[in-house]
Amino acid sequence: MSVRPDNLDLGEVPDDETLEAAVVAAIPAEPGRRSELREGLRASIPVIIASSPFGLLFGAKAVEQGMSVGEATLFSAAVYGGASQMVGLDLFGERVAPWLIVLSIFAVNFRHVLYSAAVGQKIAHWPFLEQMFAFFFLVDPQYAESERRAASGRTLTFVWYLCMALPVYVLWIASAAIGGTFGKLITNPEAIGLDYLLPIYFLSLVMGFRKRPLWLPLVLVSGGVALLAVKYVGSPWHVSIGAAAGILFAALMPPKESEEAQPTENPTQEPA
Amino acid sequence: MTTTVGIILAAGCATYLTRCGGHLVLSRFRSIPPRVQAALDAVPAAVLTTLIAPYLLKAGPAEAGALVAGVLISLRGGLMTTFLGATAILIALRNTL
Repeated sequence: MSVRPDNLDLGEVPDDETLEAAVVAAIPAEPGRRSELREGLRASIPVIIASSPFGLLFGAKAVEQGMSVGEATLFSAAVYGGASQMVGLDLFGERVAPWLIVLSIFAVNFRHVLYSAAVGQKIAHWPFLEQMFAFFFLVDPQYAESERRAASGRTLTFVWYLCMALPVYVLWIASAAIGGTFGKLITNPEAIGLDYLLPIYFLSLVMGFRKRPLWLPLVLVSGGVALLAVKYVGSPWHVSIGAAAGILFAALMPPKESEEAQPTENPTQEPA
Repeated sequence: MTTTVGIILAAGCATYLTRCGGHLVLSRFRSIPPRVQAALDAVPAAVLTTLIAPYLLKAGPAEAGALVAGVLISLRGGLMTTFLGATAILIALRNTL
């Protein structure tokens, strides 16, 4: 599949319909590809709604901490991971050693190793450079949507993946710049629920996986351990500790016989 | 280049390593044992659940109501319906409770 991402000129920050129209026009008609593209763009909408407030908040806080708007924007463009950026900001404020800031951000983002291993199996048919390009955008929602799509029996295509990833990425960067520039204008984000959009979005995603084997015990184990870790160890370690507990639990449960016979390229997929 | 920009770029590289590293390591193995596969299949629910945990601890009645509503809506509706429905209920509860 030869898709040229440089043809998808996303311009400044177009709204979703112009974006969709522009991208549809830029790609030669080919059955399947257009719907891949539409579905990708559609999947990006709730992610943009849920993540933009955090992007704005990040930009505003970064400037408050003494960064320039340019640095705040570069931070969002280079790291592209909300939780780790917030942790990084906290540490910038504390004036700790630079290597410790980098290490902490690495620790918060370490869960992406798991995403990479899991999604990597599903995009192994792509050319190597496309895979390496795509991995840059493998944030939580991108990962979850990719899993959902693969679980419903669809092949993950580069077009779908990028059409979901690029609008989210561009708006994440733009929101940091806007938040940094106009941060002082956001006075009461709680009244319209902005501070709680991410957990609601994550909850919607978790519920989407409820037909997988062992889903409920898995959620209880990782959620319970994460709660304990938040209380007794502290953020951001609850992510690694809780996820490790849940994943270890899943690995230790007796594997189904059908699963043992599966070839590696065909991980067991639940009915949609 | 300032220290700040240096830290940001180093953090960006470290993050990219986590995003491609898992695949680069796993793809060196020719076959994946079933227990490793089961572990990988557990990743989305396990990790996403831990991301919700700290918000549960600071949830008041409005937030708890919205999350319960989200669970209920998700039994029937899709992702988008769940997300928008629970958000609407959060806003309503916060402005009435």
